[in-house]
Amino acid sequence: MKAAHRVWRLGAEVDTDALAPGAWMQHGIEVIARHCLEALRPDFAPGVRPGDVIVAGPDFGIGSSREQAAAALRQLGVAAVIAPSFAGLFFRNAFNLGLLLLTCPGCERIGEGEIIAFDARAGRVTRADGDVLPAEPIPPFLLEMIEAGGLLPQLKRRFEQRTSP
Amino acid sequence: MAMSLAAKLIARACGRERVTPGEIVTCRVDLAMFHDSSGPRRLQPMLEQLGARIWDRNKVVLVMDHYVPERSEDARRIVRIARDWAREQQLPHVYDSIGICHVVVPQHGHIRPGMFCVGGDSHSPTGGAFGSYMFGVGSTEMLGVVTTGEIWVQVPRTIRMRWRGRLSRGVTAKDMMLAMIGRFGMNGGAWQAVEFTGEAVRALPMHERMTLSNMSAELGAQVGLIEPDEVTRDWLAAHGAPGVEIAPWHSDPDSADEEHGFDAATLMPQVAAPFSPANAAPVNQHVGTVIQAAYIGACTGAKLEDLRFAAQVLRGRHVAPGVRLLVAPASHADRDAAIVEGTLQVLQDAGAQLLPSACGVCAGYGDSLAADETVISSTARNFKGRMGPPSTRVYLASAYTVAASALAGRIADPREVLA
Repeated sequence: MKAAHRVWRLGAEVDTDALAPGAWMQHGIEVIARHCLEALRPDFAPGVRPGDVIVAGPDFGIGSSREQAAAALRQLGVAAVIAPSFAGLFFRNAFNLGLLLLTCPGCERIGEGEIIAFDARAGRVTRADGDVLPAEPIPPFLLEMIEAGGLLPQLKRRFEQRTSP
Repeated sequence: MAMSLAAKLIARACGRERVTPGEIVTCRVDLAMFHDSSGPRRLQPMLEQLGARIWDRNKVVLVMDHYVPERSEDARRIVRIARDWAREQQLPHVYDSIGICHVVVPQHGHIRPGMFCVGGDSHSPTGGAFGSYMFGVGSTEMLGVVTTGEIWVQVPRTIRMRWRGRLSRGVTAKDMMLAMIGRFGMNGGAWQAVEFTGEAVRALPMHERMTLSNMSAELGAQVGLIEPDEVTRDWLAAHGAPGVEIAPWHSDPDSADEEHGFDAATLMPQVAAPFSPANAAPVNQHVGTVIQAAYIGACTGAKLEDLRFAAQVLRGRHVAPGVRLLVAPASHADRDAAIVEGTLQVLQDAGAQLLPSACGVCAGYGDSLAADETVISSTARNFKGRMGPPSTRVYLASAYTVAASALAGRIADPREVLA
């Protein structure tokens, strides 16, 4: 059994502007993160704890290219976002920032505050009652990106290798 | 096997004869565009951490459009970073405070048929109107591009939107897009390639085609492609890119994975209610909704063509008492052309207030609409809290419908004014 994670349950079509509000975009990620989702769930940013997960409805992350939408969740310690579908641009940004996304068609059965586990490599989400929900497989190179902490650490390694004798 | 335009563009960029939907390939990037918000302020510190250089500065275009004109200390700081960095890196292609990137970059001939491009902004699919594979990326992914010149893509399926017939007067590309987004939803494109085709699309001028490709973002597509033709070639020739090749860049027959048909002739003007572009419906369902402001702006809805649409409605008339009509032309080139031909004077005589050619309230990065207001806007997104406080209610429509609504002080059908 993998680590247990507390669920924050959100609806469909959570957009990037809700995750990283435009009015705070001139600031660094610490400030943006404090306002993450304030228009939808004002209790989220103050209440979320490292290791918590978001379970949302379809089309999570629609909208802007602003990667602060994913970075804010990372900053707050969110371990994964689980949803039936994600916006493509947000999907790329999340993995580039080291935020794990699990595409899980059955996840909407999961409730607010539930304690769940997940295994990204095996592609499954396990509910408190032992019910197992399949998640879509993630290409190996993206799992490696998550394990490295995102694209930036991977690029660092690449350039260190290039410049070392 | 038949290949779509999307597959042909990717095959060229990854150096292969052919590619198949679902394959993951690495492409060489022909052009990387970013702006003051997504670009230097994010890239510079990461480049320093890496000790890396820009792979090819001739392939980089920087546009200052989000935080200009600078109205706060933060905006001044962000734009100063961009200007200092552009100088330090000796970037050859910098467009500072002359308009919005998705309009300014094609206006300078940077995006041509056959190219593979990325942009640090979600409306980057606008480049698809020129037969270029162009999509949006975040800043960290842009860092990967500017240091390596490469990016991975999964070859998309092609969803073809075929529009037969001709649009009637007062109906535009914006209405076509709202209708498609209303039907398929904001993620209906599923990060695949959408291709716009058919008689109605071929009949559109370049600016209108750009509106289709631009709002592919709201359809959730990675790219929104239009096969280049003589219209594309002539427009590019007039914008610094003469003699482009268009022949190779078309889809083979039967190459679409999905096709949807639409009738342009029966399309009504569309209005998307708060708080999603997918809340689109024919204008008659919203006629009578009282508005306090009307906004014609953004890369989506304030190109020269849009300003002309508004002028057709506003000529010799005046906006309703108590309604603010704000016009922020998409670029100085659009604004200046509108001045020369008299279009801008028509708007100003009708009571329009001219705003700077920048992202402005559409991005919501500083300027904002007022709380509790109901606004009709030619922009692309009406998310809660995007263009103003969460209590600001934004309806999306074409420049025709925005102008007609400004006259009436409530949402109105532009065809009644034009009749």
